[in-house]
Amino acid sequence: MPGLTHYLILAAALFALGMFGLLTRRNAVGVLMSIELMFNAVNINFVAFSRFLTPEALTGQIFAVFIITIAAAEAAVGLAIVMLIYRNFRGIEVDKINFMKW
Amino acid sequence: MGFNWILISPEIAVLATGFILLILDLFIGKSRGFLLTAVSFIGIMVALWLNYQNYSIMGVGFQGIVINDPIGFYFKIIFCMGTLLTVFISSTYVSREMKGMGEYYVLIFIATFGMMVMASSADLITIFLGLEVMSIPLYVLAGIHRGRLRGREAAMKYFLLGAFASGFLLYGIALIFGAYGSTNLVEISQRFLFSSGFSGILTGAGMVFLLVGFGFKIAAAPFHMWVPDVYEGATAPVTAFMSAGPKAAAFAVLFRLFSVFQPVISDNFTTILWILAVITMLWGNLLALSQKNIKRMLAYSSIAHAGYVLIALTVGGRDGISAGLFYLLIYTIVNIGAFSIIIFFSGKNEKYENISDYAGFGYKYPFAAIAMTVFMLALAGFPATAGFAGKYKIFVAAINSGFIWLAIIGIFNSLVSVWYYIGVVVSMYMKQPRDESPTVILSMTLMVAVLVAFIGTVYLGLFPDDWIALSDWAGSHYSWASIVGSLVR
Amino acid sequence: MIIFSILAAVAVFSAVMVITRKSPISSAIYLIVLMCSLAGLFALQGAFFIAALQVIVYAGAIMVLFIFVIMLINLRDNDFGIDKRKIQKYLGFIFAAVILLQAVFITGWAMKEFSNETESAMSSEFYQSPVDSLDQEDYLSAESVAENLFMRFAYPFEVTSILLLAAIIGAFVIARKSDPIDDEGEET
Repeated sequence: MPGLTHYLILAAALFALGMFGLLTRRNAVGVLMSIELMFNAVNINFVAFSRFLTPEALTGQIFAVFIITIAAAEAAVGLAIVMLIYRNFRGIEVDKINFMKW
Repeated sequence: MGFNWILISPEIAVLATGFILLILDLFIGKSRGFLLTAVSFIGIMVALWLNYQNYSIMGVGFQGIVINDPIGFYFKIIFCMGTLLTVFISSTYVSREMKGMGEYYVLIFIATFGMMVMASSADLITIFLGLEVMSIPLYVLAGIHRGRLRGREAAMKYFLLGAFASGFLLYGIALIFGAYGSTNLVEISQRFLFSSGFSGILTGAGMVFLLVGFGFKIAAAPFHMWVPDVYEGATAPVTAFMSAGPKAAAFAVLFRLFSVFQPVISDNFTTILWILAVITMLWGNLLALSQKNIKRMLAYSSIAHAGYVLIALTVGGRDGISAGLFYLLIYTIVNIGAFSIIIFFSGKNEKYENISDYAGFGYKYPFAAIAMTVFMLALAGFPATAGFAGKYKIFVAAINSGFIWLAIIGIFNSLVSVWYYIGVVVSMYMKQPRDESPTVILSMTLMVAVLVAFIGTVYLGLFPDDWIALSDWAGSHYSWASIVGSLVR
Repeated sequence: MIIFSILAAVAVFSAVMVITRKSPISSAIYLIVLMCSLAGLFALQGAFFIAALQVIVYAGAIMVLFIFVIMLINLRDNDFGIDKRKIQKYLGFIFAAVILLQAVFITGWAMKEFSNETESAMSSEFYQSPVDSLDQEDYLSAESVAENLFMRFAYPFEVTSILLLAAIIGAFVIARKSDPIDDEGEET
């Protein structure tokens, strides 16, 4: 029977992978996918905590529902921004869209 | 079922105004921006009034999810002021540059609603939802200007880094949820009694993640990379809005979280905040020195100001929180005032936004230049302006609580900052005007905004006592136990 | 445990694929695989409603949106790969490794404390020991989720509706085709 530790470590691994993708992808769609990956990792945490620590209260699962909603909203706005950038710059490489120096 | 609607009446008023604007925008012509401004003004006034009515019925409602406490009350005043001034400075700008886009106001009001939710929530779920409701309109607002490519770039950078910060925040919230088995701050604080090694570790780690996430939102130093680009890229009214309300909202949550978790987090957090405050102040001020673009300069200056508020957060307790509240109120008014003058001078499509473009404006537009001078002096913290009162309160709070070095570094930073703020004034008064003269944007609403901000700056500088008393009152309710004990109905 | 191992392995493998594939479409497909395996993990924990949402909303709606946009902007493989610059790569690796180690360390440490505490019968009031024989039919159904969502968490639920409204307006404002007259202004 997998315990809480297993789930938490899986979540940590996915979160770190998402972070790696976020830092190395040079494409806005790729970065967005990495962000979705991070949100998913957090979802595992919530459901696992909810299952193993407070099985009688569903707060963790409710939070997961909200996270999924937020991920949908962020994806919609993010992809709209990607479309906008694409129309204006004819490309969505994060490192090329840099007219203002950091 | 405790649905105490009256507790969230300011939020409802703001939201209703947003909806009315959304519908109204369909039916009126594109040129009647004035009507939208008037409706926004009335909506904000109603929200302020309702907030004032709530003064006497502080409490916890909606199954412990909403809390209406003095700190939330004070922050709602800050948000309303910020939104009010933003609406006034946007009015002409929006109808001229964006063909009277009604969605602009709707997004501003939804963002304000999100901030209010953040400031008055006693549950990590609503804190996070409020943050997202605030952020998503801001991502859009950053890139809303058609034909401003830098704005679109700003929108993308803001979005990607904002979503990244959200990921961190969520991870932190998950860990804290794991520590206490609840997301409700009231419940969590009741469970401190049973806290164990397990919950202690998870809380500590969770707070670090939360600090990183909110560090992005308040633009604290290692997490500030997006600020200059976004502030420069977004249009001036949006930048003004972004620099005031959302930052205050993130601080509202930080103040709340740190006062709730005070009993269980280790003293190391004071050190972390200390370092964060110092780095933020130094970085912001030093980089602001070399900026030529005035919006970029104000972006770095806003990083530095976040550093000053971080001093207040480090100090914590009654003194720290009341100083932080007072400072955020002043910063909101002064900063939006400064941006209103930038809009006034900027010309079509914000062509003139370099500090050198301000040469000679002191003689051409004396009143605007005087107002700009006052705002710059207030940001630098000159005596007899509001900025001085705010900084004085923060440094005194730091010294009284034994953070002598933090106060000294803060004062040193304020002195450095004088240099670049004065640069603008020098450019306005002591340089020869250029040949090409920008067309200034002159309008009633902008003038009202400048006037309100100007009066606010001077008034809070000369007679700050009432507002200091109010923030002391709000700060004295920082202790979570006292609120929960005394206010639960 | 076997099911968990398989699903977790699939999840980690597809996560690696998501962040390394050169082709955007295969990245997206692997993300769908990842989400389905996570749905399996949620079901394993009795969170059937979340599992269903994970498949319907995440793997269904959100990923369709992603693939739609990838198709629409005609994203090529060579635009998509990992950053060529070495520094970025190492930086990303270091950051991710730090986060991973930190998170695993925290988890391990916290779980050690946790097991110590439960062993020494210090089980506090709010931790129920994991109930393995949970009556899942009765307990973790969509019904109880709904009950929580609409009673205790009614206010966040309402806030979510505002969030979605903001996202709709935002996406509409951002993605609306600009009028030709508006495209004057700055040049690239």
